[in-house]
Amino acid sequence: MRFQSLSIALTGSGGSGVMTTGSLLLEAAGRAGWYGFMARSAGPQIRGGEAAAVLRIASEPIESHDDSFDLVLAIDPGSLARFLAEIPLRSDSLIISDAEGGRRGDSLPDTPARVIDLPMKGLAKTVQAGRPNMIALGALTKVIGLPLAPMLEILEKILKSKGADALESSWNCVQEGYEAGAELPVLDGPLVNTDISADRWSLTGNEAAGLGAVRGGIRFVAGYPITPATELLEWLAGTLPKVGGVLVQAEDELASVNQIIGASFGGTPALTATSGPGLALMTESIGLSVCSEVPVVIIDVMRCGPSTGIATKSEQSDLDIALHGLHGDAPHLVLAPTSVTDCLFTTQWSVHLAESLQTAAIVLSDQSLGQSKAIVERPADVSFMARRVVPETFAGEYQRYAISESGVSPMSIPGQAGGQYTADGLEHNQAGTPSSLPEDHYSQLEKRQRKIHAFEFGQHWADLEGSGETAVITWGATTGPVREALSRLRERGENVRLIAVRLLSPERPADMAAALAGVKRLLVVEQSHSRQFHRYLRSAYDLHPAVKVFNRPGPLPFRPNEIIEQLHNWGQAD
Amino acid sequence: MTDTSKHPLRSIRSADELLAYSLALETEAVDRFNDLADQMEVHHNYEVADLFRKLAKIEGLHIDNVKQASAGKELPALMAWEFEWEGGESPEGGLMEEAHYLMQPWHAIELAMHGEQRAVEFFRHVAETAEDETVVKMALEMVEEEEEHVALLKKWQERFPKPEEGWDEDLDAPVLME
Amino acid sequence: MTNDKIALQLQPKEYKSAVKPVWCPGCGDFGVLGALTKALAGLKIQPEDAAVISGIGCSSRMPTYLSTYGFHGVHGRALAVATGLKVARPDLTVIATGGDGDGFSIGGNHFLHTCRRNPDLTYIVMDNQVYGMTKGQASPTTEPNWERAKLTPSGTGINPFQPLAIALASGANFIARCSSSDSNGTARVLMEAIRHPGFSMVQVLSPCVTFRPEQREWKRSLIPAPEDMQRTPDPAEAARLLMTDEGVYTGILYVGDRPVYQPKLKSEIDNIATLDEEFRL
Repeated sequence: MRFQSLSIALTGSGGSGVMTTGSLLLEAAGRAGWYGFMARSAGPQIRGGEAAAVLRIASEPIESHDDSFDLVLAIDPGSLARFLAEIPLRSDSLIISDAEGGRRGDSLPDTPARVIDLPMKGLAKTVQAGRPNMIALGALTKVIGLPLAPMLEILEKILKSKGADALESSWNCVQEGYEAGAELPVLDGPLVNTDISADRWSLTGNEAAGLGAVRGGIRFVAGYPITPATELLEWLAGTLPKVGGVLVQAEDELASVNQIIGASFGGTPALTATSGPGLALMTESIGLSVCSEVPVVIIDVMRCGPSTGIATKSEQSDLDIALHGLHGDAPHLVLAPTSVTDCLFTTQWSVHLAESLQTAAIVLSDQSLGQSKAIVERPADVSFMARRVVPETFAGEYQRYAISESGVSPMSIPGQAGGQYTADGLEHNQAGTPSSLPEDHYSQLEKRQRKIHAFEFGQHWADLEGSGETAVITWGATTGPVREALSRLRERGENVRLIAVRLLSPERPADMAAALAGVKRLLVVEQSHSRQFHRYLRSAYDLHPAVKVFNRPGPLPFRPNEIIEQLHNWGQAD
Repeated sequence: MTDTSKHPLRSIRSADELLAYSLALETEAVDRFNDLADQMEVHHNYEVADLFRKLAKIEGLHIDNVKQASAGKELPALMAWEFEWEGGESPEGGLMEEAHYLMQPWHAIELAMHGEQRAVEFFRHVAETAEDETVVKMALEMVEEEEEHVALLKKWQERFPKPEEGWDEDLDAPVLME
Repeated sequence: MTNDKIALQLQPKEYKSAVKPVWCPGCGDFGVLGALTKALAGLKIQPEDAAVISGIGCSSRMPTYLSTYGFHGVHGRALAVATGLKVARPDLTVIATGGDGDGFSIGGNHFLHTCRRNPDLTYIVMDNQVYGMTKGQASPTTEPNWERAKLTPSGTGINPFQPLAIALASGANFIARCSSSDSNGTARVLMEAIRHPGFSMVQVLSPCVTFRPEQREWKRSLIPAPEDMQRTPDPAEAARLLMTDEGVYTGILYVGDRPVYQPKLKSEIDNIATLDEEFRL
């Protein structure tokens, strides 16, 4: 079966409900047997601003946007202009809009695409309590060849809480729009309706990370609201009480990180989620976690920086602070999920690693993963569970920071008689007593480094795919477009390797050397203006191949054809 | 040095009660002198540390005496704050604040003497206010004993010259720790 | 972990660790250490069932000198660590200790919000109106015309922070002031503070003999509040006292009964796989 996909953008403003429309379309498509995902983009207003739901529906699981869009539905013509940079269009793309949908005099921006008018506002008026976005949903259902039955099922599920009247008027609108859609062109290459017997899920990266945390054993979370991490905290707030855990809304990020350190000191695996500004505030105490060897997990859902930056849009520019933001020599873990689904795996693994190694783990997700919703196969169960080495008996004087071969020392839990000690952010001796002696400093630094560097992380340190003398190395959300680009090349018979690094710290020199064996050209792809990932690779690894960097800041995502172009133009345009 | 522990708020009613007070007083003294010795050791004032350690040992012998006197008896079990010392602290308990890292043996003995003096006054008050004759007799014995201690300390102190003004001067600035 | 345990009556001494304090001889904090060990002994709290949490500063060294569990974290965050621990482990007795700089300056926001949140913690602030560990700078509670700090050689010119009035306004459930020279009295107050549900704020005026030797006079200037003014459950009455006593009254100055912040930690589902349902299409 040939891979096919359809990219659709819905834009609107002033509370037009495009996000709901997009979600309904995505989930109905999922129920009909397709895969897909939907990203969100929004203007700065809290309510009523411009918003875009950016969808891709496909015959197979996908992790990337396509090169361009097949279909745009602008509920009001004026709303498209703001997102034009994020929605590349072709001459055969189709824009459906409503000339009467917005403010008088608003018009669509200039694009190469065909435009067809659909009087969504007018049609909505013919239905009791009708809304233009539901007319749009019906029309889209028809245009992309989606059956009505799964749409009704999803409407019933999503609108259940709104009452029977709301459901009825929405359903009437969808049917009205569906009929009107019959007059519209059917998009070329209708999608293949795949096997729908699979256990299919719909979830966002933030939810996936939350689920990974809970599956990994996290039972205490403290957090302070910050876009785009808030939804992750909100999901955990609702879920933790079900599993005997709790989320505390803290007074600031300094409190969040210290509360989780306190809970973890008490034996409860603990986590916080934030974004760049919050991570910056937390760094002092992440160092405390490292020095006192109290495990914690910090998820940073990255957004454009520096400072407040662009809070609603994605970027991979917190790599530097995550790797190097702690003062002193503070070895810790930095990991990054490579897809929406992988947010689950990587978070769960991070909990396991932090607990096993008694240190801090920073997980670098980003807005594009966190706030994107994907239709995927049920993520596989992972056996990683929080696993802290706790002493069972206390013979003689307990030494919390005993020098051990692995560097990990058994950590007693308050309540254990004979295990009393004072965890300390001051340099200490093996018993935990503050010490300024050089030998204590050396041996404790060495122990804290050894436990992380000597640990056998196994195959999950990176996703390695393909073969050949050319490789693309990337991390985080840019893995999606890179992976799709390489898969397209593979279909054409061109073999290019993928190295998507999941474990960014500690570095894995032997694993990297093996991954790069035989590679002559290495393309670095990253979403940061100052090439943070490239600098990291240069400092952490010996890079023997010729290296080229394809970087740009957020918020525009990478598209597969851009990566192919970079590979094909190697040496020509530089 | 001020005297904040002049009298208990009420009279002592029984010999057992007096023994409990006496035991608490001596125990506090031992703990305090040991704490002071520790402090001096941490601050490398070993001469005074040794002296405090000695004082703790001597007070320890007093504990043994009280324990002998109370053998076979069940003394009332009181929490530290249930003893009705005037000013809240036992006569020999409130010595900590007078310590100084540069203090000399003369000071240490002076400090110990104040404690003993307060103990004298405490037991004398007991003797004056108690109705039970056994208690009066015991209290007077204790007064005598504590007075002996004061005299001994006085003699001991004479071996050390009284430090001159400026004994507490340290030419170096304090250390920045954190 | 604490089930089936027989509470042993331990001596106060047994709550001290083998580590000898680095505090200057004469420091008021010795009295507080003694008082805390007496209170723990009085309550028969086993050393392994108590955790003492602190930040940075002279008085924040407290946990190291105790035989309980301890946590000596970064500057100003003791209450956040303590809150996380208590919420996750309500079975433990959690006590935070620290100084006026740690608690009211760098940690000021946590102080306000911990009072407001009202977890079952006891917070002992050893107030000496100076930063000792960094060599004698003015703290939030220093009087405005104290000119002996090199960092503010003409005095701060700023009114001192009123910790207890602010604690009251922010919602602390138990408010007391003690003098470190009255170790037994402090022990008695601490015992009650630990026992009282919710957030208990205990300010102990604890002289810094190195940078503020004049504070040795505190043992004379501090006086117990009149009996009829102590333990009031009426915040307005407590506020009047705290705003007019010029900081000299000791004793238990407010006892409230606000609900305690303690989320229930009871699982509602048997199998974590139940969580999958919400994602299933």
